[in-house]
Amino acid sequence: MPRRGTKLTNQFFVLCLCIFVANHLKFMRELKYIEALNEALLEEMEREEKVFVVGEEVGALGGGFGATKGLLERFGPKRVLTTPISESGFTGLGVGAALTGLRPVVEIMYLDFITTAMDQVVNQAAKLKFMSGNTVEVPLVIRMPYGVGTREAAQHSQSLEAWFMHVPGLKVAMPATAYDAKGLLKTAIRDNDPVVFIENRMLYFKAEEVPEGEWLVRFGEAAVKREGKDLTLVALSGMAPKALEAAEAVAGEISVEVIDPRTLVPLDMETIVDSVKKTGRLLITHEAPVRGGVGGEILRQAQEHCFDFLDAAPVVLGGLNTPIPFSPPLEDVCVPQTADVIAKIREMTE
Amino acid sequence: MKPEIALRALETMYRIRLFEEMGKTRYNQNRMNGNFLGAFHSSIGQEAVPTGVSLALRRDDYVFSTHRGHGHALARGLDVKKVMAELRGKTDGCSGGRGGSMHLFDTSLGFLGGNGIVGGGLPLALGTAYSAYYRGTDQVTVCFFGDGAASQGTFHEALNMAALWKLPVVFVCENNCYAVMTHVRETVCIANVADRASGYGMPGCVVDGNDVLAVYQRTEEAVCRARQGGGPTLLECKTYRIDSHCMMLPEIRADNEIAGWKEHDPIRRWEKHLVENNIAGRGECEKLRAGVEAEIEEADRFAEESRYPDAEGFRKEIAGI
Repeated sequence: MPRRGTKLTNQFFVLCLCIFVANHLKFMRELKYIEALNEALLEEMEREEKVFVVGEEVGALGGGFGATKGLLERFGPKRVLTTPISESGFTGLGVGAALTGLRPVVEIMYLDFITTAMDQVVNQAAKLKFMSGNTVEVPLVIRMPYGVGTREAAQHSQSLEAWFMHVPGLKVAMPATAYDAKGLLKTAIRDNDPVVFIENRMLYFKAEEVPEGEWLVRFGEAAVKREGKDLTLVALSGMAPKALEAAEAVAGEISVEVIDPRTLVPLDMETIVDSVKKTGRLLITHEAPVRGGVGGEILRQAQEHCFDFLDAAPVVLGGLNTPIPFSPPLEDVCVPQTADVIAKIREMTE
Repeated sequence: MKPEIALRALETMYRIRLFEEMGKTRYNQNRMNGNFLGAFHSSIGQEAVPTGVSLALRRDDYVFSTHRGHGHALARGLDVKKVMAELRGKTDGCSGGRGGSMHLFDTSLGFLGGNGIVGGGLPLALGTAYSAYYRGTDQVTVCFFGDGAASQGTFHEALNMAALWKLPVVFVCENNCYAVMTHVRETVCIANVADRASGYGMPGCVVDGNDVLAVYQRTEEAVCRARQGGGPTLLECKTYRIDSHCMMLPEIRADNEIAGWKEHDPIRRWEKHLVENNIAGRGECEKLRAGVEAEIEEADRFAEESRYPDAEGFRKEIAGI
């Protein structure tokens, strides 16, 4: 009898192990940022008939970088609308369709191209609800990849998030991870206001462990990526991985708290302010030119709330005030690199 | 055109004319007291265009207007009192005083706003038309724009895509001869904006924009085609803006040019047509006009008495955004 009991216990143990492994395999998997966006679109289109995607090459090619891959086959050309090269026209198509209750997701192939559609974003999408006395809504998402890294020169490499943050009536999301890309895009699609969704092209093909199934990431909730006590490092999108590398490099000497705001409008200043009150030092970093950038705005708000807690002058480490050059070594100096972040951390904590 | 529709057309044109005259009076009085109330773009002389177009529409259709949109709104059936109050920035205005003269809305009538950006509404119209196709309804979108907007890039983009996908939209170009003070012959080198339609693969049609019957008939054909899946139409209504571009700018056009166009006044022409064809007598027309006059005076009183929005409440409302 005891032997039989042992056997049962062993079987029970093996069964538990199998369930654990199966669950683990089922619930966690590797996902690239671009695949996360694709999953978000697919799930939201499955969930809600009113959601459709529109833009250049969104059909057979699956979008400029693959975010809409497979959607044409699944949902047909009415819900996956490939357009002529007419950013103003098809962005406006999205705004107009949103006025009637549909939920369009407009893809702009490169953020730089939105310049040809700025009237539709700034004067139409951002203002129609307001100007109508809140009688209409514009549940629209405009997705666009930003930034440097692919060496595509000055008209395919810009970081223009500050423009959109400056226009009342728009929400602005800027995910740095596959997890946030999916969760924020799903939230953006369900939001009843226009959302400018700025994606990082260099992070598109970076994979990470994420759960299976569905999740949402709420707007206005910053992510504390690493806790620390000596310095608060706020890093936007593409700078978030570099900020984590820098924090790791100085760990042991300097304890750095890394925060990714995830959305710029709404902006979670509470998390940033609480952190600065703890650390006494604030460094903000982004790839956009430092002049007139988002960093200056975060710094302004932080000073209003925690000036008395600061032990050092707060700093914005942004990009150079220049159009982005093509040549790789020149491009590299235009945006902060991990070494620049490390140097600035050391300088501020000397 | 049935007699009751013919009379409704006359009443609508009276309403637009008298509204514009009252609006101008109040605008100028305010301005003399040092209060600017926007720019006030009068549509006097162009009344037949929105009137004829709107008569051909169904209640669930969509309409996009322009900066010169009082006539579009009134012809579509927006409440005169609410439009007047909006022009004065009052809380009872159709946009609660947040839009003003250039941003009149009424979603219950599918009236999705004027637009302060010349050509800004063309892509939006593409969107509502696509939405009707998407949802499988037979709603038609009408997009008003001027000869000036025909030179914007959005005109090209919207017309190309509308024709490409055969969307149910009627592009109504109100060619009033002027973009601010620049004559259309200085901005377009062909005789008609509508001639461009063939280049996009859609029918184009030129109509006398001061003839309400002609506007109605041509619009009805275009709307019918759009509703049946036949795609878009570019309808050019040739008319003339009797007033200056807006109340802030002086008149620089030749007196005889303006006087010449006054001879083609769309309202007088329609009165004459109704009388000569025994559809209505002079007395009936006058009675109709008197009724509209009383309505406009009531709207003026309503706008005057309506409160201004509460600035502190507004401050609180936007604080969290």
